[in-house]
Amino acid sequence: MLKKDRWRLALVVIVVVAALLSVFPIGGRIRLGLDLKGGVHILLQAQGTSENPLTDDSVERLLAVLRNRIDQYGVTEPVIQREGSDRVIVDLPGVADPEAALELIGKTALLEFRHVHESTGTVPPGPQRPNYDTQEEFLEAQARWEAVRDQFDRAAEAMRLRAEDDPDMIMSRSDEGEAFLLGRVYVSGKDLEDAKTDFDNLGRPVVTLKFSTQGARLFDEATAANVGRQIAICLDGKVISAPVVQERISGGNAQISGRFSMAEAQRLSIMLRAGALPVAVEILENRSVGPTLGSDSIRSGLRAGIIGALLVLVFMLLYYRTLGIAADIALAVCMLLVFAGLISLKATLTLPGIAGIILTLGMAVDGNILIYERMKEEVAGGKTPLAAVDSGFRKAITTILDANITTLIAAGVLFYFGSGPVRGFAVTLSIGIVASLFSAVFVTRALLHLIQSRGRGRINIAASGERGKR
Amino acid sequence: MLFRIKKSIDFMAFRKTALSLSLVLLVISLGLLTLKGLNLGIDFTGGNLAQIEFSQPVGVAEVRDALSAAGQDQAVIQAYSDNGVLVRMSSHEDDTAQEILSALRSRFGEIEVLRLEKVGPVVGEKLRQQAFVAMAIALGGVLLYITVRFRFRFAVVSVAALVHDTIITLGVFSLLGREVSLPFIAAILTIVGYSLNDTIVVLDRVRENWKGLRQKGIISLVNQSINQTLSRTINTSLTTFLPVLTLFIWGGPVIANFALALLIGILAGTYSSIFIAGTLLGEWYSRSPEKAR
Repeated sequence: MLKKDRWRLALVVIVVVAALLSVFPIGGRIRLGLDLKGGVHILLQAQGTSENPLTDDSVERLLAVLRNRIDQYGVTEPVIQREGSDRVIVDLPGVADPEAALELIGKTALLEFRHVHESTGTVPPGPQRPNYDTQEEFLEAQARWEAVRDQFDRAAEAMRLRAEDDPDMIMSRSDEGEAFLLGRVYVSGKDLEDAKTDFDNLGRPVVTLKFSTQGARLFDEATAANVGRQIAICLDGKVISAPVVQERISGGNAQISGRFSMAEAQRLSIMLRAGALPVAVEILENRSVGPTLGSDSIRSGLRAGIIGALLVLVFMLLYYRTLGIAADIALAVCMLLVFAGLISLKATLTLPGIAGIILTLGMAVDGNILIYERMKEEVAGGKTPLAAVDSGFRKAITTILDANITTLIAAGVLFYFGSGPVRGFAVTLSIGIVASLFSAVFVTRALLHLIQSRGRGRINIAASGERGKR
Repeated sequence: MLFRIKKSIDFMAFRKTALSLSLVLLVISLGLLTLKGLNLGIDFTGGNLAQIEFSQPVGVAEVRDALSAAGQDQAVIQAYSDNGVLVRMSSHEDDTAQEILSALRSRFGEIEVLRLEKVGPVVGEKLRQQAFVAMAIALGGVLLYITVRFRFRFAVVSVAALVHDTIITLGVFSLLGREVSLPFIAAILTIVGYSLNDTIVVLDRVRENWKGLRQKGIISLVNQSINQTLSRTINTSLTTFLPVLTLFIWGGPVIANFALALLIGILAGTYSSIFIAGTLLGEWYSRSPEKAR
């Protein structure tokens, strides 16, 4: 064995050992994308207004509030990052309820206690025929109800017109259909110190608030001025409750009892604790994958990969015999290197990424095929097997490089333009190409030299695969 | 063993037939793309997608019935297994997904939502543009690389072969009405990179045999090169085709279209590196020999 060959063998052994050390134990070492472990991916667009324009600062504050909300919601390893000047990417792994997550993230959650100038009250439900003895009585009731409804509508319309004229007033409706004409803001969410979920004495979920010193003073003044009258509690301009103030409240504590479910009350208290978003956001893109689909995908990817690998291994063995064994070992090394590369680069494995690995299975032996076919030609040209190995490698290597570099160009473009799963594909494809180059050029060559220098199992290059041709 | 080729095949004798066949396929593909178009997924159109699994087998018709009763009659419904359906809506309303899910819940009881996606129209438009730009840059990069490493004419015929493979893959997708989503673009770009491998192997051999050009003439030189590299072309394609085929069969519904695009691309790429790249090169040089460099 030449000195050069010994160095090559040593390099291969070192790389393989290093790869083995970095790969095993494999459990939990590979970072999985959202499409494999389940989770929610959201792309938000921050929206400035003329009074509240987008600035670098407001987008940074937006990120801080989102991070705060998500941390309190209890998501492990969330990704919250800025994209471009005015977009935010939020990745929440393992979140099973995407709708709740969207609600938590997309809501501005600006809480305001406002003065109530006027309110309509709720329109009662319309009369039902079975509750009346005669048709006349029913029609009469229906007419009375319609009159009330029309009166409410006229009142609401009048409020809308007044609110249009006066910049300090807004018109708002609650979920129950009540219309409110609201005046100045007494206290807002920024004067809160804490918000918690609790139950009232009827066992319904409520959100309890604790104001800051400043907020407590403002709330005290507001309640003192409005005893016996309504104060509206608004979230993002919508009235969620409008309780009548029974007495002046000086302790700085308040309670919101809307018609919450427990989960809604919890979300609201998280949003109030984390604060309102400094700018409004629009959800541009939202992709969520349940955990079952993710594990299904891993399972079917693994199955396809194993069957595919077996087919390639058997094909190489049948077609190239002894050389095929070397190719099969090189393929195994290549796969090992792909996983070692994924782990040490902390790359994220996605479903298209698994497809990239399976594609690599097939492309990895391409190098071996090119080298082996070249070696056959060299033997046919009258070279000894040993010389054929060397010149076969030397001549095939430029072809292999040219062929793989074009695939790398495509993978590079994909990496640059792709996002999420597609980028994962570009990463595994690139790692796969580099790993297969190494395994075809170094591993195969070291193996062939090893087989030959041992003297046993001399490689019958010309015979393998095309017996009887020459 | 598998391909015991006794004598060299005169591929160049079929060059007129091969080129006309490809021309016909290209015209059909382009016709399909213009008239029928591609079945663009929500990644490009914007809209909602839900992948739902029922606890009992449910037919597409029942699902359609339940959805149109709820006023969602624009939905595209596709079954991927006995219990599972994909529902796509191109509507941009915020609560479309919610309406679909609650309509299905009230009709079929317990359902499992495996996947829920919403893409806004702005994003769809952006992704569509990016796909085109990415395609152009990849083709440009390849053209440049081969021009540097080989000759300009080699680069032109390689890119022609690539465009041929890509258009035929798109044509087949249009014909089958299969959904085109973001991973599909990844598949197309991979075809751009990979289907070139075989072409490069052939062209590399043409370059190596180049000194025999005076004696043999371009046609027989290209033919000799294709024959010398034939086992490589077929074996490398076959070893890549096999694992991608297993991916198509066993890889699950999410990745099947991606694998299918690769399969078509590999087939077209193998065909074009044997019958298109070489024959085009032969035709070009025999019609107008390049000046000696």
